[in-house]
Amino acid sequence: MRQCSAIIFALVIDKLFPTAEAALADMPNGATVMIGGFGNAGMPAALIDALIAQGARDLTIVNNNAGNGDTGLAALLKAKRVKKILCSFPRQADSWHFDALYRAGELELELVPQGTLAERIRAAGAGVGGFYTPTAFGTKLAEGKETRRIGDRDYVLEFPIHADYALIKADRADRWGNLTYRKTARNFAPIMASAAKCTVVQVRETVELGALDPEMVVTPGIFVKRVVKIAAPLQKAA
Amino acid sequence: MKKLDRNQMAARVARDIPDGSIVNLGIGLPTLVADHLPKGREIILHSENGVLGIGPRPAAGEEDEDLMNAGKEPVTLLTGGSYFHHADSFAMIRGRHLDFCVLGAFQVSVAGDLANWHTGGADAIPAVGGAMDLAVGAKKVLVMMEHLTKKGESKIVERCSYPLTGARCVNRIYTDLAVIDVKPDGLHVVETVDGLSFEELQRLTGVPLKRMLTAA
Repeated sequence: MRQCSAIIFALVIDKLFPTAEAALADMPNGATVMIGGFGNAGMPAALIDALIAQGARDLTIVNNNAGNGDTGLAALLKAKRVKKILCSFPRQADSWHFDALYRAGELELELVPQGTLAERIRAAGAGVGGFYTPTAFGTKLAEGKETRRIGDRDYVLEFPIHADYALIKADRADRWGNLTYRKTARNFAPIMASAAKCTVVQVRETVELGALDPEMVVTPGIFVKRVVKIAAPLQKAA
Repeated sequence: MKKLDRNQMAARVARDIPDGSIVNLGIGLPTLVADHLPKGREIILHSENGVLGIGPRPAAGEEDEDLMNAGKEPVTLLTGGSYFHHADSFAMIRGRHLDFCVLGAFQVSVAGDLANWHTGGADAIPAVGGAMDLAVGAKKVLVMMEHLTKKGESKIVERCSYPLTGARCVNRIYTDLAVIDVKPDGLHVVETVDGLSFEELQRLTGVPLKRMLTAA
């Protein structure tokens, strides 16, 4: 929360930041950063560009994928600013920057089944210390993990993923940080917002307080610290 | 014998999806099933990235970068469809709310073990996506794959040599040669393609098959 009222005794909650650069200025080296998006849908491209410009290194990144093509997360990897990535699906036809760094041993990968990734993020945001999931039981991805039989099923113990920052994209926001999303661009954003100490949101449009129907707010502002309006859509349909 | 091509396999799977089902189609070959769902059946397609009620591919120029399926291909939304976040999407999967998922496979074992995420090669980059969640979560797991590898080896095996996606999770296997149910007492052949005898299928498959007892 910033206090940016000119009137001394009127505290105004205003999470709107003028630029992506300003919203990420305090990112330290070694931070754990969740990045929303599933492929390009919901990827906060302007925030990732600002993170590249900002210069923080030795980052741990949490995302479903490991970058596509040469922009966004792929560009962050290419700039060698990431030491570790947690994701479910790194290998894609156009994940060449990840592939090269991984094969060269310059990037650590923690491969997590997609539902376990989502639930570990949700657990962090919900203050849950761990959970048992049937997913991956009896597979390589459960090797070395505690297991437990509950009822007639076998489960694997998984732990929450907390982050220092979450960079997400939403459709509309007000100055309290209440958010709405657009279609499948929502994906990981609401749970990442809850799991990070500092959630920074790139939005298409900012609106007056009260303009968002409270019944339609998907992420309540309590999970959001900073909002940046990115006027022009940076990503075009392929 | 008349091997089924990819579209014929997809049509064969689609025929078995009943009216009112909620279904997740895996990336690749299983995605084709959507094109063959019988007209007039109301079937709700789910995708991992937070959507229920996927409709047909959009017309050229009508694509929306915010509306994708799990294969990151542009899709449309049917009337009645909905969006939700990833944890809810996998609660639907893991919580046994999906009637069917259709997955591709490298191998399926006699016990119904599924291997479809990793060849285990030293230089291979692993990627698992939502496959392990679907394998344990859907009420029925249908596998769709070619019966034989390019070298002519059976993909239905005694024990999977590739790393497992899930243990004892497959209910039915659809190949270009046959439809086979996985049951506690073994593999039951439901049907074979025209011109392929049970004996010939047994010879190609290499693991013991049973003839399904049918009224017909």
